[in-house]
Amino acid sequence: MSRSPRDPLRNERIAAESDPAADEGGPKLSRRSFLKGAGAAAAVAGLLGVKPAAAGGAEPEPPIAGTAERLGPGPVNFNLRVNGATRTVTAEPRVTLLGVLRDHLGLTGTKLVCDRGACGACTVHLDGAPVTSCMMLAIDARNHEITTIEGLGAPDRMNALQNAFVAKDALQCGFCTPGMTMALSAALGGNPNPSPAEIKRAIAGNICRCGTYPHVIEAALAAAKASRSRA
Amino acid sequence: MKQFAVVAPADLASAARMLAEPNRSALAGGVDLLDLLKLELAAPAELVNLKALGGLDRIESAPGGALRIGPLVTLNQLAASPAVRERHPALADSAAQAATPQVRNLATVGGNLAQRPRCWYFRNPDIVCLKKGGTKCYAVAGLNRYHAILGGGPSFIVHPSNLAPALVAYDAAVTLHGPEGARKIAVGDFFTLPKIDPRRENVLKPGEIITAIEVPAPPARARSAYLEAREKQSFDWPLASAVTVIGLNRADEVAYARIVMGAVAPIPWRAPSAEKVLLGAKLDRALADRAAQAALAGAAPLAHNAYKIPIARAMVRRAILRAGGIPDETA
Repeated sequence: MSRSPRDPLRNERIAAESDPAADEGGPKLSRRSFLKGAGAAAAVAGLLGVKPAAAGGAEPEPPIAGTAERLGPGPVNFNLRVNGATRTVTAEPRVTLLGVLRDHLGLTGTKLVCDRGACGACTVHLDGAPVTSCMMLAIDARNHEITTIEGLGAPDRMNALQNAFVAKDALQCGFCTPGMTMALSAALGGNPNPSPAEIKRAIAGNICRCGTYPHVIEAALAAAKASRSRA
Repeated sequence: MKQFAVVAPADLASAARMLAEPNRSALAGGVDLLDLLKLELAAPAELVNLKALGGLDRIESAPGGALRIGPLVTLNQLAASPAVRERHPALADSAAQAATPQVRNLATVGGNLAQRPRCWYFRNPDIVCLKKGGTKCYAVAGLNRYHAILGGGPSFIVHPSNLAPALVAYDAAVTLHGPEGARKIAVGDFFTLPKIDPRRENVLKPGEIITAIEVPAPPARARSAYLEAREKQSFDWPLASAVTVIGLNRADEVAYARIVMGAVAPIPWRAPSAEKVLLGAKLDRALADRAAQAALAGAAPLAHNAYKIPIARAMVRRAILRAGGIPDETA
């Protein structure tokens, strides 16, 4: 079976093959830190039409008649509000929000899986509402508040929902978990006392290949209960 | 995905003028467009970003219950609107059952109406089918389990819009703005059969933009229903759907009927012969059954999709009973 160059398993193989220390008990290089290093960034840049920041981006061209703004087709500079901070990005207009989050801003918690809006692994919040970040252009996310899984909490300070995922063993491989968590946190924000049916509707756009849905639903119910008892 | 520029038009007239140029695409929610761009089924030089135009993302409701829906209203906005839910529940339900929560927060009403078909031959970038300027519809002799059972030929796509059958059933009209001005047409006339032009699904002319969808209030005492059958519970297009709007008089006879099916034909498929069965008669299960038989009487299945006929028939029968307030014991 041919695998896409963006396939995480392929990256893992490359990481193992190109890191002799991995077999010899040498200095520890985690898969995550390796992928965040130069290798992955350079490999992905050519594929996604992403230029490294050093290449610079053109300022928007002066508008022509009837045009308020013209961006691209080359790289352009723009600002995004991500997890409460303003981030400046240089990317072509064709780059998706998912592409910018992962490949420009290093926010790799948001996952690329189907790239067609079908699986929900790339779910982020746009002004609090869950959206598939693979199915929108990054430039269309300007002037919106974007929240990614990194904006909910970190391993040493997880929020109630993330804690509940751990407590209820709501993941196996974990690849769907960021998307599940984002879909559920948006739903729980608007509904502090959800029924199992409402939770199922909230994750109707998230596919779990391992089939941990019952534990995910338990985790969401537990998180909602924990939040209610604190309120 | 090929490179493209994205322009923000200063106003509607500029947007129409830009879109009339060759090799331009309109960008709204972008869901179907990004799908086509990623497959390189569309490779425009420039996207005209309709979100730069103000005021197209609102639902306005008149006191009598009529709706004016902006083309940039999202499917979730439509599904959650109290005004839509109250008087046009079949429209709200058709929006709520499309795609996934995440996609419904991006996808727009205008984009839902203008999206391209899901046919696997059309979506395959390596196949030049009739819709892409080729000489044959590969579904005819190929794999056609999801294709048209009504209105097909020479192309056998089914129209993928969930909203379109509901809008036709509610007698909605769509306003189109183009370089030569505006025109308003019935949603039923917006869609066009492949025998007119197999390469297109609607009558949008170069540069024309959907700027409003007007939905009149249904007649007094009319009730409506939307039902669809899918293989998956989420992120799936229907195998068949049905919308019914049914009004009863004081004697409980059907005085008003609209029956429209989705996912069975290249356009939303209204069934006047089924409506005729209902009109003037007292609504019961036997009558609903007869109307559903009439709705599918003209079906002409391909090799692998005859199974869709009883499914569509069941959707019509159940939607009639639901709108008529009659419990359906077989559902």
